[in-house]
Amino acid sequence: MNTETLELTLPSGLTANVLKKGHGAPVVFLHSHLGRAWDGVLDALAERFTVYAPRHPGSANEAELMQLDAFSDLVLYYDDLFKAFGIEQPALIGHSFGGAVAAEYAATFDAKVHKLVLIDSLGLWIDETPVADINGMADQKIPALLLADASGSAAADLFAMPSDPVAMAKAIVARVSTRAAVSHFIWPIPDRDLRRRLYRIVAPTLVLWGREDRYVPVVYADEFVRGIAGATKQVVDRAGHFPHLEQAATTTRALLEFLGR
Amino acid sequence: MKFIWFHMQGYRDLPKDFEDRYESVWVTPPTDELCDPQKVHQYLNWNLDELDYAASLGYDGVGTNEHHQNGYGFPVSPSQTGYYLAKSTKDQAIVILGNTLPLYNPPIRVAEEIAYIDCLSGGRVVAGMPVGSPMDVAHCYGITPTQTRPRYYEAHDLIKQAWTREGPFHFNGKYTKLRNVNVWPKTIQKPHPPIWLAGGGSIETWDFAAEQDYTYSYLSFGGRAAAKPLMDGFWETIDKNGKDHNPYRAGFAQIVFVGETDAEAERLYLQHARYFYKKSLHVATQFAAVPGYVTQKTLNAAVKRGGGSNPFFSAANMDNVSWKHLVDESKKVIGGSPATVVDQLKELASDLRVGHIILLMQLGSMDHELTKYNTRLFAEKVLPHVRDIWDDQWQDHWWPTGARRPVLSATADRVQLRKLG
Repeated sequence: MNTETLELTLPSGLTANVLKKGHGAPVVFLHSHLGRAWDGVLDALAERFTVYAPRHPGSANEAELMQLDAFSDLVLYYDDLFKAFGIEQPALIGHSFGGAVAAEYAATFDAKVHKLVLIDSLGLWIDETPVADINGMADQKIPALLLADASGSAAADLFAMPSDPVAMAKAIVARVSTRAAVSHFIWPIPDRDLRRRLYRIVAPTLVLWGREDRYVPVVYADEFVRGIAGATKQVVDRAGHFPHLEQAATTTRALLEFLGR
Repeated sequence: MKFIWFHMQGYRDLPKDFEDRYESVWVTPPTDELCDPQKVHQYLNWNLDELDYAASLGYDGVGTNEHHQNGYGFPVSPSQTGYYLAKSTKDQAIVILGNTLPLYNPPIRVAEEIAYIDCLSGGRVVAGMPVGSPMDVAHCYGITPTQTRPRYYEAHDLIKQAWTREGPFHFNGKYTKLRNVNVWPKTIQKPHPPIWLAGGGSIETWDFAAEQDYTYSYLSFGGRAAAKPLMDGFWETIDKNGKDHNPYRAGFAQIVFVGETDAEAERLYLQHARYFYKKSLHVATQFAAVPGYVTQKTLNAAVKRGGGSNPFFSAANMDNVSWKHLVDESKKVIGGSPATVVDQLKELASDLRVGHIILLMQLGSMDHELTKYNTRLFAEKVLPHVRDIWDDQWQDHWWPTGARRPVLSATADRVQLRKLG
């Protein structure tokens, strides 16, 4: 079975673009600044759940960002999107920036989230161990920031570019635009006081982290666990900011175990 | 043509191995290691003396702009320099090119400061309104890249209203909310001082210039050959909007080095050109190319062209660059004897169709004496041959009403050039 691409215009006038696959209870995956991709881990989840992977608004059309000033607007955007697609009581999996969005959603609509998974999530700030300045870093340093093994196959997949010049130009524009859309909410420091709202999250929560994440260090996992009552932590060895790519099998097992409970 | 003697106000003594030791001249070069306040004391005094000297020789305008946290040029508040020049000069346009609008909150601060300079100078100020560089706006001042243009347009509207509407009035913007806008004073120039746009090639800035009937200056260090396709794009935009081809709709920043002979120019200035391109423009890519800073339209155009239009990308491959490459091949620099410089300026004027020339005559490591030498030779031996270009056909509607065309002064203090090179 292939993924379906679903597009809708929401009541706000903003558009939604969602990849969907599988049957069963709804699971929503929210992506990072590197853009939405349908990774193997989502295929594995789709064997037991209906998996939705929305694209963050503004990635394809920057004009939409003018209707979205802050996380509170983004939370309402996703609530509209869930309603439009009939997604009720989803399990939310948020990775990186998507994790900050998922946590904000779960703190706002606390009764509407079945379960919450935060993978190497943004949203908090610790002065002594700051989130790395990814925007102030040369491109060639990014793989080593984001991956435990910068020369491994996950890195090659993540940063692969098409060889056809037209396709490459399109891919560059898409990548830059997604980074712009994400930066819109978190520039220049990814802290919008989520910490003081974490207490509102009541969904069972798994905080899953790559031990070698040099972008959002693993101490942030502890901070999320401290802030969310009953949250459990799982740290994945030999993985950086993308444990679901670098250690796909371990991460998939952990997700299935937590979501299937 | 109008000639504006423009000061970048940079650091003149970066270390020899600067570009190898430090990642970027902008945003992160450590101030405690590199920026000596005692040296800056000397530079700032030289900067103002050089601007005054240019005014005394008869240049049409004197100017500066705004940048932050760098060794390239740090005229942090151009209104401060403008305020000084309003008092020290008599006839010149004071070209503030300009205040980086997205950085002011509330932006009426700019309306007030420009009005101050306009009143002090008797109506001689030019209000430059650039969007700003990504290094300054996004990285030094932390403005969200995707908010930069919306903030810019809103600030522009507020400032223009503050100068033209009867106060007090309310302003309910997205980024600025004010119950009573009522600036003291308003400008002497009515309805307001000429507004100049300046940029590095963003398409929407051209649209804005055409819509608003503003003049646009392309600020690059790449010279007339590299600028040609971009300025052609600008004139196409003017065409599409049904406006005339008055060359004073456009300005261009140009590095100019004058010697008694071509050989002398090379001997005196080549080392400083190298310093400028290698050190002053050593800007890390991630600070100059910020996702969301340009619109998707401009990004698409840049990717299709195979590279950005950002003027701060010119440091690459400038190791031991030759004079021949700079002047004859790439045409980045206009330099040589007065006759050579006159020819190249005429070529520039007709190739790009520009009326305002923003002269860059103090570059990077150039010291005070050499800067004055360059400035004097140009005023005495070049200006008389080029300042009347366009004026038989076109009127400059973007020049401050209180400015007067200065008399070229051949009797200004002769500069004794000490032994150089």
